[in-house]
Amino acid sequence: MTTFGLPEALFILRAAGWTLVLTSVAFILGGLIGGVFAIMRLSQVAALRRFAAGYILVVQSIPVLMVLFMSYYGLSAMGVELPPFLAAAASLSIYVSAYLAEIWRGSIQSVPFQQWEASASLALTRGQQYRYIILPQAIRISLPPTVGFLVQLVKNTSIVSVVGFVELSRAGQLVNNATFQPFQIFTLVALIYFAICFPLSRLSRHLEQVMNASRSH
Amino acid sequence: MSLQFESVLAETDIILDGIMLTIGLSASAILLGLIFAVLLVALRTLAGRWAGIAVDCYVELMRNTPFLVQLFMIFFGLPLVGIRMSGTQAALLAMTLNLAAYATEIIRAGVDSIHKSQLEAGLSLALSKRQVFQYVVLQPAFARVWPALSSQFVLMMLASSICSFISVQELSGAAAIIEQRTFRSFETYIIVTVIYLLLALSLKVFLLWLGQRLFAPVSGLARVDAKAEAA
Repeated sequence: MTTFGLPEALFILRAAGWTLVLTSVAFILGGLIGGVFAIMRLSQVAALRRFAAGYILVVQSIPVLMVLFMSYYGLSAMGVELPPFLAAAASLSIYVSAYLAEIWRGSIQSVPFQQWEASASLALTRGQQYRYIILPQAIRISLPPTVGFLVQLVKNTSIVSVVGFVELSRAGQLVNNATFQPFQIFTLVALIYFAICFPLSRLSRHLEQVMNASRSH
Repeated sequence: MSLQFESVLAETDIILDGIMLTIGLSASAILLGLIFAVLLVALRTLAGRWAGIAVDCYVELMRNTPFLVQLFMIFFGLPLVGIRMSGTQAALLAMTLNLAAYATEIIRAGVDSIHKSQLEAGLSLALSKRQVFQYVVLQPAFARVWPALSSQFVLMMLASSICSFISVQELSGAAAIIEQRTFRSFETYIIVTVIYLLLALSLKVFLLWLGQRLFAPVSGLARVDAKAEAA
């Protein structure tokens, strides 16, 4: 029976690093997939639009936990052994891709339609329209909700503790199993999450106010 | 490697119990969380400055920490101060407190969008402060933010799966048990995932219908038409 002291606190702090790594990997991978789905959602080909809409609807209607279970326990039963970090990163990327696709679709759609018409009249291809005219504006619009979603992602990384990957929440559980001081331990864990998430929440709100101010001119 | 669903589907009882618990927990947390949220918004709007700051702190703390950690705090922490509760009770408490924070933030945004002149008009009609809050502020605010609230309800239903971490036998907990019994992991999780999908879609449709029922703008003309049809 150990007590909750400095070594335990340092162990929890180090695990917070893994939470950040996992968040970054899932955000980058999920962002890449999500970007493709956002563009597909607005494609001129109906089949692509429907496929992307279906993907987004399904992923947003199932718990991330189930995606994680399928990729970790499910695949291993099928003979494919994924290490916990890979299973965690893959499931979170799928989750991120659907939500970012939806956020970014909305951002692209809120670029005024005349921008499409004007750039088409300059004989730009659809790819060029996206690259030079639409995306630069859409990315600015998408910043506040994207940063806001990042907060959701940081919090949702906590569920991968269930497959034994030692990130911040898992570290808290392990220390709690050894010391039985849940209040102190989970308060520290919660405070570290808060220290990561709260600045992001404020940044998201700040960006939104900046956008609104620039739009009213 | 072929998929075999028979042994999983034979566990109908456990699955049905899990579905009932997921629905029960979600519905209760939504109702209780909404009531709590309305109280917090009222406190923030009508009570003093310190009450407002306390409500804001609560909302920010809940929204910037994971639901899982909140659940652990309640489940592992509360027994130490003499509050004994079952896993299911801890789950319901955590879900309610978590949803209340999000709902408070959403309803507050709706209340803030109500123009001040509306309040003055309400008071000039000799409505009491409470009546103005209910009819002039709360109901129009609710109508405005119903879509955002609906999304939050669906997210909460999906997040209830996290309660399986403390051995609550809702749908995800049921899945874990069936997996241990049948050794058919992939089939178990596919079936349970499809059930979640159906639950989430049903909930979305239901909330859409409820929103139209509760907040459909009934114009005077439509009312006259309805009366004429009834006659």
